[in-house]
Amino acid sequence: MFDSTGISELGGRHDVALQGLMASILSGEGNPARASHEADLLAVARDRDRVAFRRLFDHFAPRLRSFLRRLRTPEGTLDDLVQDVMASVWRRANSYDPAKASASTWIFTIARNRRIDLARRKRPEVDLDDPATVHEEADGEPLPDEQASHGQLAVILRDAIAQLPPDQSEIVALAYQRDMSHSEIASELDLPLGTVKSRLRLALVKLRTAMEGLD
Amino acid sequence: MTVSHHPDRALLLDYATGALSEPFALVVATHMALCPACRHEVSAMEAIGGAMLEASTDCSQAQPEDAFARLMAHVEAVPGEHAASQPAINDPALAAIPRPLRDRLPASPDQMPWRRQGPIETVFLPCDVPGYRVRMLRIAPGRGVPRHTHRGEELTLVLQGAYSDATGHFGRGDLETADPTLDHRPVADPGEQCICLAVTSAPLRLTGRLGRLIDHFLDI
Ligand SMILES: [Zn+2]
Repeated sequence: MFDSTGISELGGRHDVALQGLMASILSGEGNPARASHEADLLAVARDRDRVAFRRLFDHFAPRLRSFLRRLRTPEGTLDDLVQDVMASVWRRANSYDPAKASASTWIFTIARNRRIDLARRKRPEVDLDDPATVHEEADGEPLPDEQASHGQLAVILRDAIAQLPPDQSEIVALAYQRDMSHSEIASELDLPLGTVKSRLRLALVKLRTAMEGLD
Repeated sequence: MTVSHHPDRALLLDYATGALSEPFALVVATHMALCPACRHEVSAMEAIGGAMLEASTDCSQAQPEDAFARLMAHVEAVPGEHAASQPAINDPALAAIPRPLRDRLPASPDQMPWRRQGPIETVFLPCDVPGYRVRMLRIAPGRGVPRHTHRGEELTLVLQGAYSDATGHFGRGDLETADPTLDHRPVADPGEQCICLAVTSAPLRLTGRLGRLIDHFLDI
């Protein structure tokens, strides 16, 4: 499953997998004193605003590089993939809806979808404008990441992950930072599928509760 | 309409991170079109991913100095994207099928080339992922699917009508997950045809002495 680099990186299990994440949040990066990324994305969509896009680039390109490297993107293609994702951000900015997701969540989904494209896979998705799509009032509820700034959410997430038992945070890290499905995680950790599922369920309920418990 | 059987969180998480295979993602996305609750759940999982991206600042290597200039030279040569609007659909049976699936159907459910297999009819949809089978199933009112087990995992999503089996009652939007241990015999409700999307995964590769023994006898 892992190449040799992956194994050495994963040695020490969840501590190491989350080490970078923790270190960066604790170092106090993500200074909130700046124009919001959401406003910058809207300016790119509306005015093709290069100054706003430069701010987005300076903020997200290094994060994408670090995030995608954890996801076992080969070092030689890493910079190209970062450029590719940022190019998609520029081109698709007009489809960004700040009522649905924060800028970082939207860029996370762009990066995910580009990786799926590059693997020559397709991603079936819901079309919210399709008349067959069922809507409920719950659709209008604010999403967890609307209720907090990026900085707040990252801190809340850090605390919530830090409070997870190690056997739960390990699985969350493998899912988000190693790109493994729950059945791959089960075989990697040599655990029954049911155990992985129940740990994931517990972890996700806790993280979601933490994210939604904001005022 | 209330959906009462949902994919489990592990499946939704695989969809949110992008790790889920395309055929299973088709079932999950079609369910999500009918289920605002699962859309909300996946949005929350994507928000966790967004927060992880936001927190990924451990990369000491700076972007190359000319990276932004190169990017702008590249993107300015290509126009922005606008989502193409969808043509209206006049056939009500087809219009009732959510888009991720509808885009892959050869025709309206009434006009598809159904092939009779005992009490059920099937249409195989094209699938280029090895080991997966993607089928539409049509069960006559009150009729049952013969008792069967699975070698791999099977996801069944009800699109029209309803059926029951030993584990419960499944109506439009409901998703049933069956693994190889489940021996089930779905029976359609009386009064209406039941139409489902069913996707079966690659047979589980069983290892170990017992696994090989089971593999040997499970010859489906
Ligand atoms: Zn659901």
